[in-house]
Amino acid sequence: MSANEQSSGMGTVEYIQHHLTNLCAGDCDPITHKGVGFWAWHLDTLFFSIALGTLIIVVSWRLGKNLSTDTPSGFQNFVESIVEFVGGQVKDTFPGHNPLIAPLALTIFIWVWLMNFMDLIPVDLLPVIAGFVGIHYLKAVPTTDLSTTFAMSLTVFVLIVYYNIKIKGVTGYLKMFLFHPFGKFFIPVNIVMALIEELAKPLSLGLRLFGNLFAGELVFLLIALIGGTMATGLAALFWLPLQVVLDLGWLIFHLLIITLQAFIFMVLTIVYLGMAHVDEH
Amino acid sequence: MNITVTLIGQMAAFVLLIWFVNKVLWGPLNALLTDRQKRIADGLAAAEKGKHELELSEKNAKEALHQAKLQAAEIIAQSEKRASDIVEESKTNARTEGERLITAAKSEIEQEVNRAKEQLRSQVAAIAAAGAEKILRREIDQHAHDDLFKELASQI
Repeated sequence: MSANEQSSGMGTVEYIQHHLTNLCAGDCDPITHKGVGFWAWHLDTLFFSIALGTLIIVVSWRLGKNLSTDTPSGFQNFVESIVEFVGGQVKDTFPGHNPLIAPLALTIFIWVWLMNFMDLIPVDLLPVIAGFVGIHYLKAVPTTDLSTTFAMSLTVFVLIVYYNIKIKGVTGYLKMFLFHPFGKFFIPVNIVMALIEELAKPLSLGLRLFGNLFAGELVFLLIALIGGTMATGLAALFWLPLQVVLDLGWLIFHLLIITLQAFIFMVLTIVYLGMAHVDEH
Repeated sequence: MNITVTLIGQMAAFVLLIWFVNKVLWGPLNALLTDRQKRIADGLAAAEKGKHELELSEKNAKEALHQAKLQAAEIIAQSEKRASDIVEESKTNARTEGERLITAAKSEIEQEVNRAKEQLRSQVAAIAAAGAEKILRREIDQHAHDDLFKELASQI
């Protein structure tokens, strides 16, 4: 495994830390390469997420140009089934009608899935390629960066607040904090509870996706370490096949996880926005 | 976690992507799917309608056939009746014509007989006159004895 060449002269801890460090520009710590101020650009995160977003746009564009009602091609069928699946989810869980919800859910599902999919690319492949062109830090999975997951969850949060105020009015929204969940005699408790409930939405959304993908990436790194650190001499005959088998197992399992996480993010977004649309008082 | 420009950038990218996906993927595909759904529903409805119409026209055709058969039978019966009528009529005509001819011939014969009688009468008168003349060998005024001759003639 390339981990061997890459991490020669590096300990296990350094190897993992190196892999989990973003390519930072701007306000960054020169030693740890972590962002320290507002102007910290995670170039790898931005690059991969925007590249995948562009991929979605370009592919959709090309597909959209030769759509056929009567004789859909293979790829159109595939995309249609995704669109119908997402549309069905929105129809089932979202009360009323809002033309923004379905495209939002579809975007989340496809984009998050593609960004998660970067996790399945061998952990050392992209950093090694980047190393050849002089980039020494690269975290290829945008969803293992809190900036990405919170960017999405905060955008959803903004939409939640916007639709809450739009549907219930400012007073209606404030009343929700005052008289929910325990009625008008427990206003201080209600404020705390409702505030926690509201803030937990973006926090859980962002942290769930980040945590799952970060942990998945870490397991891939640990599996890669089997070959990287223990495969010396004849022992490699034992450790390398083990690494391949474990890697394959985790890949298959992780394929499920990335789809599931993309799906959960999408469904929770629909549910949260649906709650914002229901005037329950 | 720090709030960094990366977060802001990702948010902007996310919002832009939602906009683009709505424009180039969700919008056209959803319109297409709705259109297809409508077409299929229309097609099924048309098929159902066509089936119904087929049944109806089959029923109509059966009825028309039945009617035509009935009419044909009626026409045949009528024409048979008409043919026998014609035969009957011509028979009657022939008979009356024959009778008429017979009557005409009879009356002609009678007329001929009468005319011959008349002729005979006048000739008898002349003969009688001539006979008388010869017998008497006298001049007799034919006019003066005309009444007598006529009486003689009528007794024939």
